[in-house]
Amino acid sequence: MSDPTPVLRLEGIVKTFPGVRALDGVSLTILPGEVHALMGENGAGKSTLMKVLGGIHQPDEGQIIVSEEPVVMSGPLDAKAKGIVFIHQELSLADELSVAENIYLGELPRKRFGLVDWAELEAKTNAILEKLKVGFNAKTRVGDLSIANQQMVEIARALTVDAKAVIFDEPTASLTDAEKIVLFEVIADLQAQGVGIAYISHRMEEIFKITDRISVLRDGQYQGTVNTADTNEEGVTQMMIGRKLDLSRNESHHELGNVALEVRDLSCGKLFQNVSFEVRRGEVVGFYGLVGAGRTEIAETLFGLRNPTGGTILLDGEVVSINSPYDAIEKGISLVPEDRKGQGLVLGMNCRDNMTLPQVDDLKAGPFVADGAEIAIFDLYRDKLDIRTPGWKQQVGNLSGGNQQKIVIGKWLSMHPNVLIVDEPTRGIDVGSKAEIHNLLRELAAQGYAVIVISSEMPEVLHVSDRIVAMYSGRITRTFTSEEVTEDNLIQAISGIGGDKVA
Amino acid sequence: MQAGQLSKYLKGGAIWGFIVFELIFFSVAGEFLSVSDKAFMDADNMLLLFKQSAPIGIIAMGMTIVMINGNIDLSVGAIYAIAAIVLLDSMTWPAFEGLGDMVIPVAWALALLSGVVLGAINGLIVWKTGVDAFIVTLGAMLGYRGLVFMYNGEQPTSHLNWTLVDFAEAQFLGLHTATWFLLAVTLAIWFLMTRTVHGRNAYAIGNNREAAVNAGIRVGPHMMINFMIIGFLAALSAIVFYSESGSVNPNDGELYELWVITAVVLGGTKLTGGAGSIISTFGGVVAIQLLRKGLAHLGADTSTVNLVIGLILIAVLFLDRQLNVKGKEELKV
Amino acid sequence: MAGLTKSQIGGFLARQGILVAFALFIIGFTIANPRFIDPDNIMGVVRSSAILGVMALGVTFVVISGNLDLSVGSMMSFSTIVVLDLHDKIGPTLAIPTMFAMTLALGAFIGFLVAFLKLNSLIVTLGMLSAIHGLTLTYSGGKNMDIADKEGTWFSVFGQGDIAGISVPILIFLLLALVLGVVLAKTPFGRKVYAVGGNGTAATFSGVRRARVVFMCYIISAFCVATAGLLQASRSLGSQNTVGQGLELEVLAAVILGGASLLGGSGTIFKTVIGVLILGFITNGLLLVGLQFYVQFVVTWVIIILAVWLDIAAKRGKLWSPIA
Repeated sequence: MSDPTPVLRLEGIVKTFPGVRALDGVSLTILPGEVHALMGENGAGKSTLMKVLGGIHQPDEGQIIVSEEPVVMSGPLDAKAKGIVFIHQELSLADELSVAENIYLGELPRKRFGLVDWAELEAKTNAILEKLKVGFNAKTRVGDLSIANQQMVEIARALTVDAKAVIFDEPTASLTDAEKIVLFEVIADLQAQGVGIAYISHRMEEIFKITDRISVLRDGQYQGTVNTADTNEEGVTQMMIGRKLDLSRNESHHELGNVALEVRDLSCGKLFQNVSFEVRRGEVVGFYGLVGAGRTEIAETLFGLRNPTGGTILLDGEVVSINSPYDAIEKGISLVPEDRKGQGLVLGMNCRDNMTLPQVDDLKAGPFVADGAEIAIFDLYRDKLDIRTPGWKQQVGNLSGGNQQKIVIGKWLSMHPNVLIVDEPTRGIDVGSKAEIHNLLRELAAQGYAVIVISSEMPEVLHVSDRIVAMYSGRITRTFTSEEVTEDNLIQAISGIGGDKVA
Repeated sequence: MQAGQLSKYLKGGAIWGFIVFELIFFSVAGEFLSVSDKAFMDADNMLLLFKQSAPIGIIAMGMTIVMINGNIDLSVGAIYAIAAIVLLDSMTWPAFEGLGDMVIPVAWALALLSGVVLGAINGLIVWKTGVDAFIVTLGAMLGYRGLVFMYNGEQPTSHLNWTLVDFAEAQFLGLHTATWFLLAVTLAIWFLMTRTVHGRNAYAIGNNREAAVNAGIRVGPHMMINFMIIGFLAALSAIVFYSESGSVNPNDGELYELWVITAVVLGGTKLTGGAGSIISTFGGVVAIQLLRKGLAHLGADTSTVNLVIGLILIAVLFLDRQLNVKGKEELKV
Repeated sequence: MAGLTKSQIGGFLARQGILVAFALFIIGFTIANPRFIDPDNIMGVVRSSAILGVMALGVTFVVISGNLDLSVGSMMSFSTIVVLDLHDKIGPTLAIPTMFAMTLALGAFIGFLVAFLKLNSLIVTLGMLSAIHGLTLTYSGGKNMDIADKEGTWFSVFGQGDIAGISVPILIFLLLALVLGVVLAKTPFGRKVYAVGGNGTAATFSGVRRARVVFMCYIISAFCVATAGLLQASRSLGSQNTVGQGLELEVLAAVILGGASLLGGSGTIFKTVIGVLILGFITNGLLLVGLQFYVQFVVTWVIIILAVWLDIAAKRGKLWSPIA
């Protein structure tokens, strides 16, 4: 490439929010016909950068330059008109409408009197769908499509305009391998037409397969750009986290007690089948697998949120049936759920009330809630977990992600459960709090809790688990002890390759 | 997929199935129980049914688009009453004295204008303040009703114009004027919702508001236009009804919002917006009127009609839920 | 920035706006007509607000739990008619508990539909509004209901009596407000009502049995409605079978005016009482300055929208909505 004109250039973008410098002098150049990966940990500033680019936030400093012309983006639509198109991770489709209407949402072709020009709409849409080689047509209702096909509709939107640059935000999160190949072909097509592609993804293998250059953000700061051919996963990881990825395994083991939880041949429809495992007191068992492998669903079944279609659950050697979370809590199971804001907390309630919610019935002085007992519990776990809040009256919605998560963990620790299940305990939490939470989980096991940790982050699973259960597509493929687990055999097990032979 | 398709057809056709069921039931039961000698499926009776459906039906078309858009309008009964007062009273205004029968189109225009303005006020408040449409129109329901009373105290407002009465009582091709209005409105609104950009955008807004905003659809003006349309239709409904009756009480139109919403929900429009069909709403309107007439045919009084309609509304909601259950694996929250 | 910032003023108005508005009203009307703050007049207002107020207490629970109850008006007609009818048939001593049982049964039915079958509360209670209205008409045969011996019954004590110079409806209203206020603010059940309304999923994930909580809210609402029916019947000793028609919306207006969000999770009994009193004083104040009763409809409209608007404006930090 002999210095072609960049299709899109960002120069020294600074964006601050009250108390945070979300973007600190970020520069980025996207050339025509290249696939440019944008990488960084959660909270590194990728999504803020995209919002600035899309005109949802205005930068405090710096410039956006499209084809060498400085521009001000007033919104996503303005960006699109200037040739910058976004393919979002979260689907933003109207599922009652047809594929064609979704693709041309907001820009339906008109005839006179504000009528929709259906013929033109259908022709244009089918031309785009042709390119994508999908098995549905313009008239299909979006709600009737699979998630993956809905994603293709989202991608089809990018092809409606003469795009200069297309930004893909985690486009493969819900795609099957076959669908990924189609997507990569689409990207290659765009590339051939001289469109610049920005590609945001966590998946290293994709990054190294399709991108030309990689730019990295860390804590809102631009870390540099490298040619993909000149680097490797380790190098990129080091740029992202500022040090080498800690893939150390858990070394310390505690004395194991008796089996607290045993699961035999547990199934729940298509979600997971014939799952068997056991957890002893003093043990941390990690569940590792891809999104959709059925890990969260197992936790929800154990917590009484789903009805199993087969199999048995034993607590301390006795067969139990768990019909509701209330039931599960009575029997000594606690679940720190995956979705902190949706499932873990009542954001409009204060810290103390959130923490004591599961046991509020037991904290009584006469018919009333015992204020003192509640505050005592809150103070105890605030100190234990080092929760930083001005006081118990603070609304939980105002706390940082890490402190919110500690409130949820404190809520369940204060119940003194026999079995503690934590689902993605450190998602969206800063590095410091992460380490604290990992230590805490180890410590809990040392105190004799039986702990199950579900995580999509390999370092986390390796770091905290005594044993690791690998899952693929609703089944357990292999169980490792922390001595025998390696990066490679773990990845094999969760990809469904040769797992069952070994176990 | 198969099961899903089946339940979809069931839902799409449910209202028509229900109407057929009602017809059969009342015809058969009528043979044994009826207090009158006439058959239920009598042609005159059916024609009358359409005519009587008109006031509720015309408003229901507007409610359907407002609800598809993701809002609701509780003030339609009050707008209906205001438009009726404007219609009847304006014909007596000295300013129009010399117009003769030409006062009729003027009065109509004024009534429709008042409906549009009241709807626009609702729409503007929803748009500019961001207060939920339920609260805005709940307030307006009280406020507009207050305006009705302020106009003429607790006295009825009356004016009979015989030209107008003749027009309202006319029959064309066997159908009453009111029926023609209902059919025309149904057709027009159906056309609006299925064929125009505004209609399709209204669906998109109700279905996924954020996606619509991101796609650059201007949510506010669309909502405001829909509130203006329902105001217009509430006024049109008043014109259809009061042209004939010639007298309006300040309490008229009370509880209309309930009847209208019942018809719309029976027709399958989603409460959360984004889905619904004008033709099914028409079915809902007919089904309710059929039920009223059918029960009356069997000698039941209004009390039974109220009871039955309330329970049917709940039953429909229950069935809808059962048809949408995703199966045993579903998360129990 | 020195002094109060705009957002601080906004925040204060959002929190205490309803009290500020209330104070301004009282001052304004007092200037217009000094009789407004006459103790007799104030008592009169509270007394005439008692029936609406009692119903609003129950609806507050339902709204905080994230649901709606539009059936309270027609349910109140039902209670009134039933207790009047039974009064002559089985005597007041038995009539009152029987009426309460029947009203609670209706509440339980609604609660079952909304809480356990998880049906949309707006439509369920809309349907029940119509159904209970029909039930009442069927029960009464479409006729008005009157007590035969209006002079000789002690039944009138609830609506017309006095204890220590304070009228009984006021006492019942305040007592019930106190009890329910304490239940909502101080008991585990009250806490769970807020949790369920604030985030029902999170409440379930915390072991709160959400359906039971919602069910109980409808039972409480039905209990309040039965009490209101008793007050109404006892006050008039005869009634039309549409006596409660339209009250559901006035009740809702009072609750919203008190600052409860229709999304659930916020509101208090105290604020609802203030909301009820504001409505009452507006009516009274307008009458005292010589305006007709229906002017209050218009004023209520303006006040409700302003109250809710200022509330959400303070929360989002902007006066005008961001809707494009």
